[in-house]
Amino acid sequence: MATSRRQFIKISAVGAGSLALAGTAFDLAKGSSLLDKISSSGKKEPVRTPTYCEICFWQCAGWVYKDEDGNIQKIVGNDDDQHCNGRFCPRGTGGVGQYNDEDRLKTPLIRTREGDKESFREASWDEALDYIAGKMRSIAQKHGPECVALFTHGSGGAHFGQMMKAFGSASIAAPSFAQCRGPREVGFLTTFGDIIYSPERIDIRDTRCMVLIGSHLGENMHNGQVQEMSDAIDKGATIITVDPRFSTAAGKSKYWLPIKPATDLALLLSWIHVIIENEWYDKDYVERYTVGFEQLKEHVKPFTPEWAYGITTIDPNVIRETAREMHNASPSVIVNPGRHVTWYGDDTQRLRAVAILTALLGSWGRRGGYYKPEKLHLPSYPVPPFPEPKRSPVQAYEGKYTLANEVVANGLCDATIPTVDRSCNYKAWIVNGTNLLAAFPNQANTLKAIEALELLVVIDTMPVEITGYADVVLPECTYLERYDMLRNSNHRQPNLALRMPAAEPKYNTKPASWMAKELAGKLGLSAWFPWKNIEEMLDWQLKEMGSSLEEMKRIGVKNFPREADDLYFAPGEDVVFNTTSGKIELYSSDMESAGFEPLPVYTAHEEPPEGYYRLNYGRAPMHTFSRTANNPNLTDLMDENVLWVNPKVAKLWGLESGQYVKLKNQDDKVSTFAIKVRVTERIRWDSVYMVHGFGHNNKKLSRAHGRGINDTEMITRVHIDPVMGGTGMRGNFVTFITDFVMEGKEAEA
Amino acid sequence: MRYAMAVDTRKCVGCSDCVVACQTENNVPIGFCRDWVVEVTDGTYPQLEVEIRSERCNHCENSPCVRCCPTGASHYAEGGVVLVTPHKCIGCGACIASCPYDARYPHPDGYVDKCTFCLHNRVEKGLDPACVSVCPTKCMYFGDLDDPNSPVSKVLKTRKYKTLIPEAGTNPQLYFLI
Repeated sequence: MATSRRQFIKISAVGAGSLALAGTAFDLAKGSSLLDKISSSGKKEPVRTPTYCEICFWQCAGWVYKDEDGNIQKIVGNDDDQHCNGRFCPRGTGGVGQYNDEDRLKTPLIRTREGDKESFREASWDEALDYIAGKMRSIAQKHGPECVALFTHGSGGAHFGQMMKAFGSASIAAPSFAQCRGPREVGFLTTFGDIIYSPERIDIRDTRCMVLIGSHLGENMHNGQVQEMSDAIDKGATIITVDPRFSTAAGKSKYWLPIKPATDLALLLSWIHVIIENEWYDKDYVERYTVGFEQLKEHVKPFTPEWAYGITTIDPNVIRETAREMHNASPSVIVNPGRHVTWYGDDTQRLRAVAILTALLGSWGRRGGYYKPEKLHLPSYPVPPFPEPKRSPVQAYEGKYTLANEVVANGLCDATIPTVDRSCNYKAWIVNGTNLLAAFPNQANTLKAIEALELLVVIDTMPVEITGYADVVLPECTYLERYDMLRNSNHRQPNLALRMPAAEPKYNTKPASWMAKELAGKLGLSAWFPWKNIEEMLDWQLKEMGSSLEEMKRIGVKNFPREADDLYFAPGEDVVFNTTSGKIELYSSDMESAGFEPLPVYTAHEEPPEGYYRLNYGRAPMHTFSRTANNPNLTDLMDENVLWVNPKVAKLWGLESGQYVKLKNQDDKVSTFAIKVRVTERIRWDSVYMVHGFGHNNKKLSRAHGRGINDTEMITRVHIDPVMGGTGMRGNFVTFITDFVMEGKEAEA
Repeated sequence: MRYAMAVDTRKCVGCSDCVVACQTENNVPIGFCRDWVVEVTDGTYPQLEVEIRSERCNHCENSPCVRCCPTGASHYAEGGVVLVTPHKCIGCGACIASCPYDARYPHPDGYVDKCTFCLHNRVEKGLDPACVSVCPTKCMYFGDLDDPNSPVSKVLKTRKYKTLIPEAGTNPQLYFLI
C-alpha cells in the first residue's frame, strides 16, 4: 500500500441533504401515533416514544418528547427503569444535542485518489456498500474471511457482529475490555469465578461503607451508581476515597486518602494485613467459602501500615482506622472495583487485591456488598449455524494475555501490523462507534496498523478522527432515529428496554441494523438476516418473552420476576463458585497455572523525572469519552478540558489560572493544541489532571476542534498487563511549554 | 402558600443535569441558562473542603428586581414565585443590575428571563420543577413552606441550612443544606 493512501481527510460539510434518500428502508415510528391521542380538552397530548440512551453505555431507558411542531424537545428517564429510576444524567438529558448537531456525518463517503491528492466523494448507499462488499470478498479470497476485524462500542456492534460471524470471522473486539474494565473482570473471575457486569452488581443503596480507589463517582456519571451513592450518603454510609486528587467524591467522603499515584496496591495489601492481623475478617465466611487463607496470611505479614506509609504517603493510623471502618460495616461494605482500571500494567493484580479484600469482609453475595444480578434468557431469532472461523481472534496474540475473558482489542490492532512472527494479520477493519485514535493509547502504533489495512470502514454519527483514515465512511443516524436490539441487562431484576425512533433519520443517514443487513445481502449472507426488518425481529423476540413490540412501544421498559430469590446468599448457604476449586480463591490457582503471581505483589512503578508530572485523566459528568465533545447542549456546559495544577507547581513554573500551556511528555511528544491551566489545591504536586476526550483535530467538529488537549495523544508509553492485555495508560509524564504560538479556537477568538 | 427550594450540598455532585433539563424543558436557548452550578474550594492540600451548589433565582420575598421594574413585568406570582411577563418587559436591564444573585439574563428575543420554578408548565400540574425531577442525586427539595408535610418543609426541619447573601435583606427562598 502506498503511504499516501492514508492521508487524513477532513470530512467537509458538503452533501448536507444533497443526495436524495435512496429508498425508504425505514418505516418511521409508527408507534408514536398510538400515543398521539387527542385528550378530552381537545388539546394534543405530547407525543412520547421510548428509547434507551446511547450517550454512554449505562444505557438508561427513557422517553423522548416532541413538541407540537414535531421537533424533539426533551428526553427524560423512564420511572420503571432500574438503570435510571426515572432520572437521566446530564448527558442523557442533553442527548438531543447529538440529533441536532449540524456537524453530523450526512452521507456515505468513499476515498478517492487523483494523483497525490486524496479526498472523499459522496456516494449512494448502494455504491458504498457494493464497494465494501467487493473489498471484503477479495480479502476473503486472498487471506480468508477471518482477516476482517470488527471494533465496536455501542449498539451497532450486535448488527455488524451478526454480519461478521456469518462472513466467517470471530474477531470482534470492544475497547471497553482491554482499555477499560478488563482487569477488574479478570481479577474477580479468578477470585470469585464471576465478573462484575455493567451496570455493576454493587449494592450501593444499602451499603454502610464504600471505598473508592481512583474511582470518581459523581464526575464519572454512571447514573445508577451516582444515584445510589446519594442514597447511601442520606443513610449515613461512610465513604472512603483514595485519590491523589480531591475529587467530587472525596468532598463527600468521611476519609480522603491523598495517595501517591501508582501505589494503590501497597495500600490494599496493607489493609488486608491489618484486617487479618486484627482478626477483623468474616471468619465464618472465610472458612466456609474460601481457599488459600493461610497462604494469604503468610503473604501479607510484611505489609504493615508502616511499610505502606513509606510507599503511599498515607498515615499508618489512617490505614488502620479505615480498615476498622470497613470491618465495622462488614458485610455491607463495597471496595468499589471501579470501571476504567487500566492504569499501570499490573492492574489485574490490584483488582485481585480488591477481590480478596471483598472476600475477607464477606461482602460478596451480601446485602450492601455485591448482589447476584440476573438477566433474561432472550432467544435470538433463529438463523443457520454460523460457519466455523479458521482462526480465532486469540491466535492474533498467541500465548499472551491468557486469562483475558474477552477479545483484546489492542491485540487485534497489534496483529494488523505485519511482522515475521505473526501469521494472522488483519487486512480489513470495520470500526463502529469508537474513535480508535482516542480509545487506544500510542496513536503512532494505531496509525501503523491502519497503514497496513486494505480496507477501513468507519461507521459513526460524527466526523471523529478515525473517519479521516477510512476508505468508506458510513453515516449512522443517531439513537433517537433508529431501532436497535433490545436492551437485556443484568440487574436486580431481569428487564428489557426498547429503543425506537422518535424521528426520521436526518440527512442521508441509516441505522446500523439496516447497514449490516444490506451488506450481508451483498455478500450473499442473507440467510443470517431472515427478518424483513428489525421490527419483525424484535417483535418475534418480545413475543417469545410474552410481550410484543406493540406493548413495548407503550411501556418502554419491562421488568420480569427473578427466577429464584437469590439476590444475596442465604445465611449459611452452601455456595459453589465457578472457580477451579469451587471456592473463592484467595490464592488463585488460575493465576498460578498461567504463570502469574497467585497472590498480589506490589511492584514500584516509574516516577516522573524532575520537572515532569504524572499525567492523570478522568471524566466530567457532562461528557462521554471523545464522543460528546461537539454536542451543542453539552459543550454549552463544558467546551474544553482544563489542566489541574497544584499551586506549588504553578508557582515554580509561573503559571496562572486561565493561562494556556502546551504539554510535552517523556518521549518528547508535544501536544497539538494548548490547554487552559486551572491552579487548584485539589491536586497533588506530583501529578496533573485533565478530563479525557478533548483536543479534537478535525476542523469539521466546529465546537470541539482545537479545544483543550487530547490526553490520548500524550499517552505514548503503554504498560501492558500480561495477564489480560490491558493497556496501562497512567505511566506517562508531562512538562509545561509556555512559549508557543496559539492555534485553533483560542487563536481565532 | 410559599414556594421554596432546598439544595443539599452534601449530595450535589455538580453534574449540571439541572442546567440541561431546565434548558430543554423551558426552551432556554443554548448559551444561556436559568440555573447553574457553583463550586467553592476551601483549604490547602490535603486539608480541603469543596461545596457544590446548584443555584438559580432565589425567589426573594423582598425582591429588588420586582421593586425596580418600571413596567410591572417582574412580579410576584402564586406562592411568591418571582416571574417576568415577557410582553410587558422592555429589556431595560434594571432588574439584572439589581439582583444580588445574578439570576437573570437578557433573552435574545428581547426580554429578561429567569427561573420560574417551572410554575405554570409543571408545578401547577402537580409536578416538581424540571431540575428537581431530573437530579440524579435527588439533592433538591421543592414545595410549599406553609405545608408542614411538603418535602422542603420537612428537610428544613431536620437539617442545618443557609441562604446566600442574607445581608442583602432580600429574604431568599432558596435554601442550601449544609
